[in-house]
Amino acid sequence: MTDDHVYLALAEEHEGTDARWAFGTGFEDPLHGVDTDVPAGVDTVELAAACTALGDDALVSAQRLAEWCTNAPELEDEVALANIGLDLLGQARLLYTRAGQVDGTGRGEDDFAYLREASEFRNLRLAELPNGDFAFSVARLLVFSTWRLALFTQLAASSPDPVLSAIAAKAVKETTYHLRYAADWTVRLGDGTELSARKMGAAMEQVAVFLDEVCEAGAKSAVDAVALREAVIAQLRHVCDVATLVYPAPGQDPLRGRDGQHTEYLAPLIEELQSLARALPGAVW
Amino acid sequence: MSAVSVQALARQIAAEVADPELPMLTLEDLGVLRDVELTADGTVIASLTPTYSGCPAMAEMRADVDARLRDAGFEHVEIRTVLDPPWTTAWITPDGRRKLAEHGIAPPTTTAHAGAPASAGPVLLQLSPTRRAPLPCPRCGSPETEETSRFSATACRALWRCRSCLEPFEHVKEI
Repeated sequence: MTDDHVYLALAEEHEGTDARWAFGTGFEDPLHGVDTDVPAGVDTVELAAACTALGDDALVSAQRLAEWCTNAPELEDEVALANIGLDLLGQARLLYTRAGQVDGTGRGEDDFAYLREASEFRNLRLAELPNGDFAFSVARLLVFSTWRLALFTQLAASSPDPVLSAIAAKAVKETTYHLRYAADWTVRLGDGTELSARKMGAAMEQVAVFLDEVCEAGAKSAVDAVALREAVIAQLRHVCDVATLVYPAPGQDPLRGRDGQHTEYLAPLIEELQSLARALPGAVW
Repeated sequence: MSAVSVQALARQIAAEVADPELPMLTLEDLGVLRDVELTADGTVIASLTPTYSGCPAMAEMRADVDARLRDAGFEHVEIRTVLDPPWTTAWITPDGRRKLAEHGIAPPTTTAHAGAPASAGPVLLQLSPTRRAPLPCPRCGSPETEETSRFSATACRALWRCRSCLEPFEHVKEI
């Protein structure tokens, strides 16, 4: 074969071998060829639950970020938000694949993303809230990336599962960019005009309601919960200081997405996310 | 041919596959080709590492390496994904950096090295008015450049512009 075009290369038939098309084959498995053994002594139920929940956070966040396409204040921000969503979608794919490997069901990424009911999702409530105004989306991304970076930094160093550890190590690098984007905008708006500062301050108060939920999530699976919370608070305080914003008092939302207690906003999000897969079962696209 | 030269041939074929998004780079230049082995039964095992978790080009890279090796006569080909150690821009080779610059893309400023990069990962992001040293413009060499967006058409690139020649340019951002 001499054609340089990758799609032709993909479509090239190879007699006597497995199909080589990129879709509907092993090629869509993002952990293709990774050693999937689970080390002895690892609680597979807990590991699968942790991977699923972290995957749910990423998928739901990616869906919300994608909603900014054609709606962001500047073209560059649409590109940025879509890129951040794409990183999270990639993390979700890896995490779901790992969850399906260790939970004994053999489910793949699509089973987790498209064939579960909204009530089965375990994402943070913060992640599913509507985008609101740009300040709210920035504040949410700030809190979410701060927590996810701190959590993944710990998991990369200390998860007993080498696959989750490797997924986390990769995500740390991406999430650092997400955090910087959100922090830059928090400062620009918080230390901007009177109007932008007011909106950014209000957004920080809105997301602070969910700080306890965020800091508690991921407290299992070899994570130091105290260190995690301290890292999150220290980072948020620093950004608020530079942004000349008052650090908001953590709120008291008692419900937990990790326990399946969701807002009324999750079900419509999942319905839209799954609409094509539900309408055309088994469709490949 | 001896097993060593067959392995070397397989390695060379895999190494020359072009990146789908940055076609001036081979997978070797980009640093995503980690290893090519030849097993005793003649199976070629090529190990690739993803750049970004969500990079859509990953499946194409896998398919392309597989197709090129089969096309070269290797009947049994296996593509493996390696996640650890994670890819960083430090894996882009000096050759790869030169090619990027030649094509008007500012290469990452992290130093290239062959081994596994060791980074503990930042814990506290420090915000300060002082920003990174500006990149030299890949077209005119001027240091009078500025970042316009840290995100671009693909996950690995950022948008910059030159205040001297007024041209926009892309930068493979450090990760």
